[in-house]
Amino acid sequence: MSQATVIEAKHLDLTFQTADGPVQALRDVNLSIAQGDFVSFIGPSGCGKTTFLRCVAALETPTGGTLTVNGMTPDEARRKRAYGYVFQAAGLYPWRTIAKNIKLPLEIMGFSKAEQEERVARVLDLVDLSGFGGKFPWQLSGGMQQRASIARALAFDADLLLMDEPFGALDEIVRDHLNEELLKLWARTGKTIGFVTHSIPEAVYLSTKIVVMSPRPGRITDVIESPLPKERPLDIRDTPEFLEIAHRVREGLRAGHAYD
Amino acid sequence: MRSIVPVLTVVAVIIALWYAACVPMNIKFALTMAEREGAVIEPEGAAARRDLSAIGLALRNPDQWGDTLAQDKPRLPAPHQVLVELYDTVIDKKITSKRSLVFHGWITLSATLLGFAIGTVGGIVLAVGIVHSRAMDMSVMPWAIASQTIPILAIAPMIIVVLNSVGVQGLLPKALISAYLSFFPVVVGMVKGLRSPDQMQLDLLKTYSASKGEVFWKLRLPASVPYFFASLKIGIAASLVGAIVGELPTGAVRGLGARLLTGSYYGQTIQIWSALFATAILAALLVAVISGLERGTLKRMGLGR
Repeated sequence: MSQATVIEAKHLDLTFQTADGPVQALRDVNLSIAQGDFVSFIGPSGCGKTTFLRCVAALETPTGGTLTVNGMTPDEARRKRAYGYVFQAAGLYPWRTIAKNIKLPLEIMGFSKAEQEERVARVLDLVDLSGFGGKFPWQLSGGMQQRASIARALAFDADLLLMDEPFGALDEIVRDHLNEELLKLWARTGKTIGFVTHSIPEAVYLSTKIVVMSPRPGRITDVIESPLPKERPLDIRDTPEFLEIAHRVREGLRAGHAYD
Repeated sequence: MRSIVPVLTVVAVIIALWYAACVPMNIKFALTMAEREGAVIEPEGAAARRDLSAIGLALRNPDQWGDTLAQDKPRLPAPHQVLVELYDTVIDKKITSKRSLVFHGWITLSATLLGFAIGTVGGIVLAVGIVHSRAMDMSVMPWAIASQTIPILAIAPMIIVVLNSVGVQGLLPKALISAYLSFFPVVVGMVKGLRSPDQMQLDLLKTYSASKGEVFWKLRLPASVPYFFASLKIGIAASLVGAIVGELPTGAVRGLGARLLTGSYYGQTIQIWSALFATAILAALLVAVISGLERGTLKRMGLGR
């Protein structure tokens, strides 16, 4: 896989100025993500995994080092609508139907009415929610709401999908199902995905590349290229290869985690 | 339907207490009149009764209880007297008559609605400014709060007099007093409503590179609608109070406020109470109209369940 680099971070630093003095959220983060990669960021809370994703999305501004998205600064990439972002909560507007929620970015980006309809139908199908377009969010289960929010992020065809613990609030059965769906979706669309999680099985199951991070200050302790095939049935999680990678992730987390 | 029983029970208790209160409130005058017509009253002579407690007198003269409920100018009119007066002045009188409560109600209502409209629009404009400009947040909000600490009774005559001296009279001064009372809940509610979207919602729109205008129209404004209606319900009631207070200091001859005022000049307690009830009924109707609008709007927005 010698494809174009989508995200490139070099010596990235980010220090927040808080009332209790400066807090170093990211220190010397070096990472390169190629097109078509599925990259998981895993680590305990406070390790900067979400912060890194927010830097990529230009929701935070690094205080040192360089970060490029598609060869541009994150802010330029944001203006060019280079990515879709999925938050931890679905964040659907309660006063809009599912279809209208998915139209939200399309309205802002100025797609024609006909194009909006067509895209809504397509992404609803992609996340298996066809027929739910006319429902209001409260009429859907939590898992369905999160799928709708993924559809919303897919609607405008950004090549990069940034997902911040999108399934963190869901129960394990729903999460397994959505993980499977997400892999299928990734295979079908060929998007680059940045995925924040704190679940080791989730990270190993989904990713081509696993970035292990540790806190205070937030930094990368290990980057694991997964040897697992692209086609992954759920029971791949019982194979020795899978368990070996999971073990390495756990080791990486333990090494970076000073229990002081 | 099940809720109608407790509601009626409470109403019945209130009416019973009211009738019970009428007896001691009106007993002294009833005794004086009965004695004049030859009845035997205990104790004898109005002078002897002057300093006795009303409840004691009522208990000693149960024969005169009926008279306390049928006086022309009672201290406290009985419920049926108020109802009869309301019926007379609302239904029987032509609405063009100076004695029709519908006529007076309309005078007050028109000022209320105009003031409510001014106050609501003004409140929304101020709230939008406050949410979008830090300078306005710091400068306008304290004044808005200070404005509500001034008793409206103190400032209403000044508004009327000042506007009159520049040639503005009639509906507008009253409406402005209404607006003065009703803009505040709208400002407070709308500021809260426009600020109600959380950081995640704002971040989401930022990832779409949405403009400030789009954030306002697509997120802040729809999010503020439930807050807006809560404010309107307070605002419309405040508007009505404002319009009535605006009628008091000028010695106005038209409007519910004028009915209250003339009623108190001539001791027409029944007229005062019926005007009070007309005001309360009008306020309830106005709030009900807003509640209906609220239900309809929220339902259309998918927020009503």
